[in-house]
Amino acid sequence: MSYITNITGFILQGSIITLKLYAVTIIFSIPLGVVCALGKISKSKGIKVLLELYTWIFRGTPLLLQLFFTYYGLPIFGIKLTQFQAASLTFIFNYGAYFTEIFRGGIESIDKGQYEAAKALGLNYRQTMMKIILPQALKRVLPPTSNEAITLIKDTALVAAIGMGDILRAAKEVLTRDFKITSFVVAGVIYLLLTSVVVIFFKKLEKKYSVYE
Amino acid sequence: MDIRQENRVKGNQKASDADIHMIQVKHISKNFENLKVLKDISLEVKKGEVISIIGPSGSGKSTLLRCLNHLEKIDKGIIEIEGKPIVSYQNGKKINISESDIRTRCKKIGMVFQSFNLFPHKTVLENIIEAPMVVNKIEKEKAIKIAKSLLDKVGLSDKRDVYPTQISGGQKQRVAIARALAMNPDIMLFDEPTSALDPELVGEVLKVMKDLVKDEMTMIVVTHEMAFAKEVSDRVIFMNEGKIIEQAYPEKLFANPEHPRIKTFLEKMI
Repeated sequence: MSYITNITGFILQGSIITLKLYAVTIIFSIPLGVVCALGKISKSKGIKVLLELYTWIFRGTPLLLQLFFTYYGLPIFGIKLTQFQAASLTFIFNYGAYFTEIFRGGIESIDKGQYEAAKALGLNYRQTMMKIILPQALKRVLPPTSNEAITLIKDTALVAAIGMGDILRAAKEVLTRDFKITSFVVAGVIYLLLTSVVVIFFKKLEKKYSVYE
Repeated sequence: MDIRQENRVKGNQKASDADIHMIQVKHISKNFENLKVLKDISLEVKKGEVISIIGPSGSGKSTLLRCLNHLEKIDKGIIEIEGKPIVSYQNGKKINISESDIRTRCKKIGMVFQSFNLFPHKTVLENIIEAPMVVNKIEKEKAIKIAKSLLDKVGLSDKRDVYPTQISGGQKQRVAIARALAMNPDIMLFDEPTSALDPELVGEVLKVMKDLVKDEMTMIVVTHEMAFAKEVSDRVIFMNEGKIIEQAYPEKLFANPEHPRIKTFLEKMI
């Protein structure tokens, strides 16, 4: 038992990196997704093409490859990033691309009559988006956003590949030291707990927004 | 005296201030791709006038109405609201009018849609106070006060805190009318306001609209409710294939239309 407590403490230290990366990614990629989604439905052809390219590349290549590129590739162009910076940047842009498509779909699913009613009442584009369209879209994108939020927790394990000490790497270190599988079980339980928190959070949110339907 | 007779009396008075044109439409045309939906339409609406637009589906009635508050763009002609253009083509060239000018001029116009288009994420009261607060920057307390009196007017004071999904179609449309009135419009447009309703719910909406007629609101109503058009309109416009083929006093148009197309249409309606 004391063995488990010991290694759990060690692995939990790794979770600090995981949680930090998770928070940074969520905080920046969601607004990035909203802005890019609005850009994608805008009238500007240039912006649309640019964003199309963005989501095409980031959704079309492996996250691990993107991570390698940012950490090992960018220094060739004179951009040297720390592990955490490289990981954060990659995750923000990768998840931003998925959120862009999720939010675009959510916004486009709102009935055209809502825009017309808002326009007939004198609301301008910004007011229509902020007060009428986005609040309704938010509710519709909760389930897919929740999926992404769960996947992100597990994807953070990829940072072990550029040598960061996250949960998975800590567990692996214990394994190579002790030749016991216990550390992986502990890591699994920690991931499960983290994802459960996210699941419960989104369930609450969905409940809150279910009042009007 | 029924509304129609009152209207006649009002109509005579209206003739005296005939120079006030709430809406003036000059030779407008509109195409969807290759389909000509509006062909050289001209129309004047005086203050306090109630106009019904009738005609077969696809005749361009709704499109005409939607052009009046800039929900649809025209390809030719001029539309003026209270003397100021919201869209204008001269010699085939579009005259530039700023978005904010268009919005300011269209703010005089309230619109009620066939499908209500209430904001589902807002309660009945919130639906009504949203635009006055966001667009006109009215304080919340004041907006609520206005909303309460409007809910009273449409007979829905007890529904102020429920969401649109929890009320019937007739109630939704009454809320939509109150929401439009909250912006204090000079003109109200109704785009088939009762077409999506169960027959038994039509009456409550028409009653609210009749109250507006009594308040001398300038109204343009696209409708299939012939009895209503006959009862409240100062003028009935018959549209067919993108053109106004006749406009007249309801008695004349319904009893003795000049155009044979109208006769066949009315026969089918009855």
